[in-house]
Amino acid sequence: MNPYKNRGDKPTKTGFAEGLLEAGLRNPQVVCLGADITTSVGCNLFAETLPHRFISLGIAEQNCVGVAAGLALEGKTPVFSTYGVFAALRTTDQIRISVCYNNLHVVIGGAHAGVSVGPDGATHQALEDIAVMRVLPGMTVLSPCDAMQTRVATLAAIEQCNGPVYIRFGREAMPDFTSDIMDFTIGKSQILRAGNDLTIIATGHMVWEALQAAEILETSGIGARVINMHTIKPIDRDAIILAAGETGAIVTAEEHQIIGGLGSAVAEVVVQHHPVPMAFAGMQDHFGESGEPRQLMEKYGMTARAIVEAGLTVIKFKMQIAKCN
Amino acid sequence: MLAGAGSGHLGGSLGLADIFTTLYFSVLNHDPVQPSWSGRDRVVLSIGHVAPVLYATLAHAGYFPLNELKTLRKLGSRLQGHPGRDHGLPGIELSAGSLGQGLSVAVGMAIAAKMDRKNHRIYSIHGDGELQEGSVWEAAMSASHYKLDNFVAIVDRNGLQIDGKTEDVMKLEPLAEKWRSFGWQVLNCDGNDIDQLLDVFAKAQISQNAPSVIIAKTLMGKGIRSIEGDYHWHGKVPTTEQALEFLEQLR
Repeated sequence: MNPYKNRGDKPTKTGFAEGLLEAGLRNPQVVCLGADITTSVGCNLFAETLPHRFISLGIAEQNCVGVAAGLALEGKTPVFSTYGVFAALRTTDQIRISVCYNNLHVVIGGAHAGVSVGPDGATHQALEDIAVMRVLPGMTVLSPCDAMQTRVATLAAIEQCNGPVYIRFGREAMPDFTSDIMDFTIGKSQILRAGNDLTIIATGHMVWEALQAAEILETSGIGARVINMHTIKPIDRDAIILAAGETGAIVTAEEHQIIGGLGSAVAEVVVQHHPVPMAFAGMQDHFGESGEPRQLMEKYGMTARAIVEAGLTVIKFKMQIAKCN
Repeated sequence: MLAGAGSGHLGGSLGLADIFTTLYFSVLNHDPVQPSWSGRDRVVLSIGHVAPVLYATLAHAGYFPLNELKTLRKLGSRLQGHPGRDHGLPGIELSAGSLGQGLSVAVGMAIAAKMDRKNHRIYSIHGDGELQEGSVWEAAMSASHYKLDNFVAIVDRNGLQIDGKTEDVMKLEPLAEKWRSFGWQVLNCDGNDIDQLLDVFAKAQISQNAPSVIIAKTLMGKGIRSIEGDYHWHGKVPTTEQALEFLEQLR
């Protein structure tokens, strides 16, 4: 049985908006930078409640990142949010030099993560942001799994970090199931379900799908451990190594390209410390397209069913290896 | 310095020497003994490649010993090829070197000063070729939108960039009109004439409700007749013999 109950679908963006406002109310140094699309990227609550600390900069993302760096140098805690495709990709050089090389505490929100953005199509579906952000020295990358956790992660990004942070979240209402009393520590993953036959390591919206997949696998007598990897960087090496050792097979699941994303980050740990068969559920080196969120997740293999198929593949590999030994 | 390093940008550094001298020895409110004093005026060097003139000025102003200048671009040096704060050199406000970013960072610093009702000023230094970067104009728009009269940008208008004359590579003129149309107070001067520089800095300081830009016409390689105005010296270093001869001319 899935022990987690959906309290009702809610966009993770809403959690970001709530966390940002809460942090702003607590600390007068928190400022928010807007690049026009204030409501759709979760800055509306802050902008309405604390207008004197909301800095509108227009459709000029590169400038937003530089201005954020200048504010951080002067002791402010700037939060800049826009669509992930722009937040992480249009401004990569500004983030690399003005923010990361200067090691500044700038929090960058990447909205509209994944294909679940839906009808807007490929231009607005952030599928490469994790890869690009995690390669930057000093950057922390967060990818919380539901609205509740996005609120908690946003607070942690603003209040507990000293350097640059990228936090991604989605637009579509998705199951909201984690509890606010669950311990959330940046860099420490959460085991949401026990199991010893394989491990599903998921991030963002795919965590709920992973829990569904584990239930389906259980009907075939396969016990799947489910790990919520809400922090892509620094990655929780200990949890990955333990999972590799105890379950001998790993499936990763992400609403992102399988090149360079969560799967790659996990594989980097696995191959160095405890090689086991792996499979990657996620975008297989394609652009997205227009469609309803659920249709797109199904077409591009980002559902519980896709995770189950990947799980059966790694279990088969695992058994072949056991036979050879 | 540059001959010892074996690489770096000579021409631009020489052209900017008068501007840096005027800034650090007459204009700025700063304290080399307390480099992070919160009331200091900030200098954002957007064109990190002219780090040698910044380092030489900082050393002469007393931020660090003059003999450290010899370590420029060497492994383990605090004098990185382009300024890097993480190496701990006092007086460096920003790690920079990717063109087009400094104006935005300076805007952020100026907004922060306004929010906190602080009286220090922000100065940023730019190349003319750098103005070809689009993000500069995003930043220019935001500085006048927020009426940042505590902000002075200085453009080193030497007319040259690595590939040749700026007007051949990508035309910048009418440059003053561009800045004016973006809502800036524009001050033109000869950037190698200290009296003129003092005059425009004074005018910039009394600007109200608008940021100021000083378009300082300079001569790349100023002071060394054989290289003055020659774009080949943008990113070139002299041999030891040339360095000795050049230094003799500068004296």
